[in-house]
Amino acid sequence: MGHPSLITIENLRFERDDTTVVSCDQLHLDVGEILQVEGPNGSGKTTLLRLLTTALQPSEGTILYCGKSIAQCRLEYLSDILFIGHQSAVKLMLTAEENLLWMATSELSSTAVLDALEALGLAGYSDIPCYKLSAGQQRRVALARLLVSDARLWYLDEPFTALDRDGVKLLERCMSDHVSSGGAVVVATHQDLDVQGVRHYPVLGETLLRACP
Amino acid sequence: MRKQASNSFYAYLRRDLLLSYRRLGEAASPLIFFVMASTLVPLGMTPDLASLAKIAPGIIWVLALLATMLSVGGLFAGDYQDGSLEQLLISPQILVMPVLGKVTAHWLITGLPLTLVSPLLGLMLSMPEAGYLPMMASLALGTACLSLLGAVGAALTVSLHKGGMLLALIVMPLYMPVIIFGGATVQYGIDGLIWTAPLAILGAMLAAAIALCPLAIASVLRLTSIN
Amino acid sequence: MNWVWFYRLASPLWFYQTTTRWLPWLGLLAFILLATGLVWGLGFAPQDAKQGNSFRIIYMHVPASFLALAGYFLMATAGAIGLIWKMKLSYMVMKAAAPIGAALTFLALFTGAVWGKPTWGSYWVWDARITSMLILLFLYFGVLALQYAFHNEEASNKASAILALIGTVNIPIIYKSVDWWYTLHQPSTIKLTSAPSMHPDMFQPLLVMILGFYCFYIVALCLFTRVEILRRERKTGWVGDLVGELNGSTEGKRQ
Repeated sequence: MGHPSLITIENLRFERDDTTVVSCDQLHLDVGEILQVEGPNGSGKTTLLRLLTTALQPSEGTILYCGKSIAQCRLEYLSDILFIGHQSAVKLMLTAEENLLWMATSELSSTAVLDALEALGLAGYSDIPCYKLSAGQQRRVALARLLVSDARLWYLDEPFTALDRDGVKLLERCMSDHVSSGGAVVVATHQDLDVQGVRHYPVLGETLLRACP
Repeated sequence: MRKQASNSFYAYLRRDLLLSYRRLGEAASPLIFFVMASTLVPLGMTPDLASLAKIAPGIIWVLALLATMLSVGGLFAGDYQDGSLEQLLISPQILVMPVLGKVTAHWLITGLPLTLVSPLLGLMLSMPEAGYLPMMASLALGTACLSLLGAVGAALTVSLHKGGMLLALIVMPLYMPVIIFGGATVQYGIDGLIWTAPLAILGAMLAAAIALCPLAIASVLRLTSIN
Repeated sequence: MNWVWFYRLASPLWFYQTTTRWLPWLGLLAFILLATGLVWGLGFAPQDAKQGNSFRIIYMHVPASFLALAGYFLMATAGAIGLIWKMKLSYMVMKAAAPIGAALTFLALFTGAVWGKPTWGSYWVWDARITSMLILLFLYFGVLALQYAFHNEEASNKASAILALIGTVNIPIIYKSVDWWYTLHQPSTIKLTSAPSMHPDMFQPLLVMILGFYCFYIVALCLFTRVEILRRERKTGWVGDLVGELNGSTEGKRQ
């Protein structure tokens, strides 16, 4: 008998202004999986991710984390997740290093921070205020958070925005490293992922759709 | 080692102070507004010192209130726009401490400088000397109240685009008891009465605000800021 | 205890149908009470010893003030019920109560000003009651402005409900503060109402007017709520049927 999936979604519904924005009957996410949520603009991808991070409350249905409702094990669940959304939560007046120190979940030495920034190609940029960086570089600062976090679940909303080819490869490598070491990723993107073992979940907003096995 | 909830008060306080320090010009605007606007009354009314002396306490208090009200809108706006607010809402902590940290930072940047500069305005508006100490005491406690109450309004309007005027509209009735007792403290001081009495009421209001406002702000942010 | 009646209350359709049946009767009652009260108070009640005939404005002023304040508490309670039980109908009632309450507060202020002129020689006096009523008007304005500022219905409901609750907590504080402030600066005690020491002949028509105003308030609240229901439920079947009926009946008349 297997242990429960990392994330189980049952009969999830989210309504806004009398339209059903998210409708998901059954969805599982297990350790080592990358789930790609895809669909046209406005189909509810971001809303689904927000429901998963508890930023939004569902109108109906439950989300279970390791078999327990996230409403009940809230603090434990939130400690194990990491969300990077459209807006990168990077403070432009702070340096890359300061931003990363803030976003880390545990006390970091400055070498750990510099290593993370270096891994994302920002080697000499750690002490520059982020407003001086390009959009792609700011996105890399946001993604450096992935390397300094010990969260098991990653929820990424359009993380490839503004990244160049190298950045895309870097992120893909981060994701596959993460899932092979016991994590899981839910990523909303329309980009084709060059990663092993990606499951696709098409979302179409008002139309009901089942998850692909 | 996980970050503790108790650390988050100081963490958010320090971060907001650092952010304000990096934009010093913006942070100093309420103070500059305070001093500049004080010249409007003599210009609009009269330079006669006796007339100014009579209304000086009220003027200074009104200007302090307006300066706080105009600056409190930016408390959550920046965080809302760059996604930090959403990160705060999904972080594994009780929101009360971070919120209190941010509001304290706001007071340290606006209310405290206003308090310290108020004797200068008292001088320019020829306020009687007996009023200086009550004025500073009432402003110190009163602006803290105003920051807390204003933060509630800021939380309610955080997701609105032109929320500034609306914030003022919402928050002004809540400010009225504060200015009643704040102004009375100064007036009592000038008239030679026991000015610590209305000051004590101001202190009670502040205590209630510290207890209740962060809870209200946290609920409002959870319920209305993400949709 | 059987809570079915409470959950039935949550249905906008049920509310709409029930009010369609009972509202005309309540409206008639309100009309009778108001007409009786006005004629009695303005025409037949005895003159006041000091103020002569000008005191008669209290037959409008006092009920309006009562309802302005009660209306705010009702609005906040409806908001609280909406927040706790997530009842959409409750939010609709809250939204309906806001403009009615604001209008009544304005009426109270206006009639207060009308009373002020012959009594103290000035339309506006900064006394405790009137100033508190003015601040209440500002509180209403805040809730109204916040309601219409949001595009998202859910956020609008929740934000208005929370603001109404915050206002409710503040009303006693504001009232007491203004009261204290007034006694600081005005040694003379001019009271706007002398209700407890009123002669029964003056008090009875006032009671009738108060009851009439309450009935009128409920009628207005139900009417506004019905409009809100129709607006929000416009995509549902029963509203479609209702509109179809109305269209059908006018077409029948045309032929």
